[in-house]
Amino acid sequence: MGTIDNSILTLILLVPLAGAILVALFPDRAKLPNWIALLTSLATFVLTLHLPFHYDLARGGFQFVVNKPWIENPAIAYHVGIDGLSLWLVLLAGLLAPIGVVASWNAIHSRRKVFFVLFLIQQTAMFGVFLSLDLMLYYGFWELSLVPMAILIAMYGRKDGPKAALKFFLFTFIPSAPLLVAILWLYARTGSFDFTTLQTLIAYGQFPAGPLCWVALAFLFAFAVKVPVFPLHGWLSDTYSEAPVALAMVVAGKLGLYSMLRFHIGLFPVQARAAAPYLIALAVIGILYGACLALVQRDFWKLIAFAAVSHLSLVVLGIYGFTFIGTSGAIYQILSHGVVDGALFLLLGVLYDRYATSQINAYGGLAGRLPRTATLFVLTTLAMIGLPILSGFVGEFLILSSTFGGVSRGWAVAASLGVILGAAYMLWLVQRVFYGPQSDLVSSKPPDDLHLGELALLWPLAVLTLVMGVAPSIWLPTIEQGVHLPPLITHSGPGFVTLTSTPMGGLR
Amino acid sequence: MNPVPDIFRILPEVILTLTGVLVMLIDASLPSGFPRRNLGWVAAVGTTLALWASLFQLSLPQGTGFYGTVETSAFTIFFHVLICGIVLVALLLSLDTLPEDSHHQGEYYALVVFGAVGMCLLTGAVELLVVFIALEISSIATYVLAAYRKETARGPEAAIKYFLLGSFATAFLLYGVALIFGATGTTQIYQIAHAAPTALNHSLLVAGMALMLVGILFKVSAAPFHVWTPDVYEGSPSPVVALMSTAPKAAAFAVLLRVVYEMFPTLRSTWSPLLWIVAVLSMTVGNLAALRQQNVKRMLAYSSIAHAGYLLAAFAGLGSSGIAAASFYTAAYAAMNVGIFAVITVVGGYHEATPMIDDYRGLLYRSPLLGGVLIFFLVSLVGIPFTGGFFGKFYSFSAAVGGHAIWLAIIGLLNSGLAAAYYLRLALATAQRPDETSAKSSAPAPQVGVAVGAALLLAVAATLVLGIVPNEVLRAAESGAHTLQAPPPQNENGIVIERLPAAESDLTHP
Repeated sequence: MGTIDNSILTLILLVPLAGAILVALFPDRAKLPNWIALLTSLATFVLTLHLPFHYDLARGGFQFVVNKPWIENPAIAYHVGIDGLSLWLVLLAGLLAPIGVVASWNAIHSRRKVFFVLFLIQQTAMFGVFLSLDLMLYYGFWELSLVPMAILIAMYGRKDGPKAALKFFLFTFIPSAPLLVAILWLYARTGSFDFTTLQTLIAYGQFPAGPLCWVALAFLFAFAVKVPVFPLHGWLSDTYSEAPVALAMVVAGKLGLYSMLRFHIGLFPVQARAAAPYLIALAVIGILYGACLALVQRDFWKLIAFAAVSHLSLVVLGIYGFTFIGTSGAIYQILSHGVVDGALFLLLGVLYDRYATSQINAYGGLAGRLPRTATLFVLTTLAMIGLPILSGFVGEFLILSSTFGGVSRGWAVAASLGVILGAAYMLWLVQRVFYGPQSDLVSSKPPDDLHLGELALLWPLAVLTLVMGVAPSIWLPTIEQGVHLPPLITHSGPGFVTLTSTPMGGLR
Repeated sequence: MNPVPDIFRILPEVILTLTGVLVMLIDASLPSGFPRRNLGWVAAVGTTLALWASLFQLSLPQGTGFYGTVETSAFTIFFHVLICGIVLVALLLSLDTLPEDSHHQGEYYALVVFGAVGMCLLTGAVELLVVFIALEISSIATYVLAAYRKETARGPEAAIKYFLLGSFATAFLLYGVALIFGATGTTQIYQIAHAAPTALNHSLLVAGMALMLVGILFKVSAAPFHVWTPDVYEGSPSPVVALMSTAPKAAAFAVLLRVVYEMFPTLRSTWSPLLWIVAVLSMTVGNLAALRQQNVKRMLAYSSIAHAGYLLAAFAGLGSSGIAAASFYTAAYAAMNVGIFAVITVVGGYHEATPMIDDYRGLLYRSPLLGGVLIFFLVSLVGIPFTGGFFGKFYSFSAAVGGHAIWLAIIGLLNSGLAAAYYLRLALATAQRPDETSAKSSAPAPQVGVAVGAALLLAVAATLVLGIVPNEVLRAAESGAHTLQAPPPQNENGIVIERLPAAESDLTHP
């Protein structure tokens, strides 16, 4: 391994932080904060691009690992590394960061310094969550990611920012209390926060089953709120309608789903199997419930929020179906959702910027006035509802077909119904906003179609959805490398036999 | 072995006393109209010297002086440094806050320094009567300081409340000492520890300990002994609150650690459930009451009650892990609380024109520095990682989990989730756009002077260091914890001073 391979992950973590410090130090003049933020986020993206080209697919497991002691007692280590699961998520976060900066270029007029400092800290925290292999380090970044988000929602909220920020923070902060107790319990028993060590110890049955069940539940609860899974979604719609566009697209969905895959299923395969039927049921309810609510929303931010509940529940369905194809499809769907939702947020941000309202019925007949916006919006919508040859299709197909074959036909049929509803509300949104007679609002303002900068952001995303739709083989091999199915409770004997395919750095 | 001169054992206290006397003498000899602000610098220099003297004590062998009444060990030095640091920051804060023509400025600085003498002595005392005297020295100084703004109605009210309730608490403590003396025949802590397991009148001993706990828990403002806190914090000048919400509490926690872990390790089964209840009560009562507060200082008063609860959770930890966690939390809490009161001092000024949460609206816009620092300290109080507040809570609750008090940890962490609501209310108000119509929130930003700037810098640096590279401080806390539990060295004056061996005390309570 070259030196760059040893320090690449640390660089990815430090560059946004350094950018934040630079933004804080330089004066807020002549868009200087914007430029610094753009350059650092571009630099980070270039750094993340290094990863897929140097990840050794044949070897698998965690790579680019750095493991240094940070605090002696308790033994917290700076332990980072990536595998097939986190690789593309890191890349996705890297891609969305510069796009987020450009999307905020004109949207953020005041207090640019504060905005970009917090935005870049948020980046570091997100990368930290994806990269950490030490539970305390992970928990640290997980919590840290809340703060910039909450402050920025309060600062730039459209209507009632502070209230939405408080809701967001409490909803995600309180469940992390049991999570911390659970982590501390694991530590009190083993003296280690290390992911691979704990994974091995749990697989070898070092813990009493009763408490371990509660520990797994505490993990699951914290992640389920963050996703959000059906009854815990109360914070999402307010956050989506109040958060600055850049943050909403950066944050949506990824952290909770990744954490489920890595730390719930990864650490507690047996308990995850036991919880799976409930989660599948909740996921299907979430799919239908989110879709139904999306159908009746009058505000497009809220519509997108409930659409997200529906889509993220579909991913949960794929994850807890415990089929190889379903899990791969779920990870693929996270990536696709990140790109498509990002593009959609940008487009809605453009509309909000031009017309200063998010009420759907204020719009109408925009296609004639803003043709380029309409084209891209329709393309993104089609990708979102899972039209074949666009990115949404691959993940949806993999998840639904694996659920049909491997889990339960009934759930698969119900989930497919949600997908159909998804097409309904998205196309209806397009119809109400872009077609039909021109509304007073639309005709009263001069047409102001997408600018060059906005096109430069949106077209690459549109092309990316197309490439992801026709050539999933670019991504899937690496993703499959990161999929480790937990053993079946009934068929396999001692749990660790099937688990030996997972990396066990702690034992080597 | 060269005997250590007794005077070295109390060197920081000696320096602080001399500083206080010097300040008073200069104050008395200056003509009446002469500005007395520079006396604050004298006090600050004296405190810095005392801080160095505490560090110098690291080179002394661990042991006692003055016939086994005061001790120097890693434990006492940890708290000495902490208290001197807090006092230094509070002095810097006062320098830029007290009005130029303010009456009795000399007394103010002298009282702060004398209070520091009491607090330092409190952490080093291993003789219950010295504990009592030290507690009185520090308390009386703070009673007077609380009344400093006597031209307002709230100042004297706060001081009288504090004084009456505080005297009660001290009386409880003294009565407890008397009962313990009755049961064991001594007031020397090591000897009590030695005699306690075989004491004939066990119930007398337990009653004495309970009464002592009441007195100490009052000082740390733990529920149900907390009722004085909000009124006193509201009525006292902000720099005084910065001092008295941290330094006397740190000293009182040091005494509490000494009483429960060093004096009565054998009574663990008695004090442990008591402290469990007090911890849960403090966090819950503090947080629930803080949720409803609109006045920033009252809110922070309740928050400090809640923090006393989090800190008491560490006492569920076994042996040195609990002591180390409690010591570390004291330091982390002191850093962030002094810091936040520093910001409030600057924003509100001496007369506190802006006491309400709504008055802080848009502070981040008016003064990015103050707003940013305020949000930083609030984030630390919430307990977000990479700040001192997080590691404080983390060590405290991990000690509790290690001591099999899982429920205490769960209740505590849920409480800290609840607490986020009111901290964030202030933080988010700070980040909100200023209300153009309100005169208060669109007033020009307050200026940050040199001394206050230094105070803020110290507090921010301490909070960050404790949150990112806590190794050194933690090691100091741990070695302090070990000295509290290890057998003491022989006293050079020939007095038999024995301590229960640590191993035995752990064995009695598996």
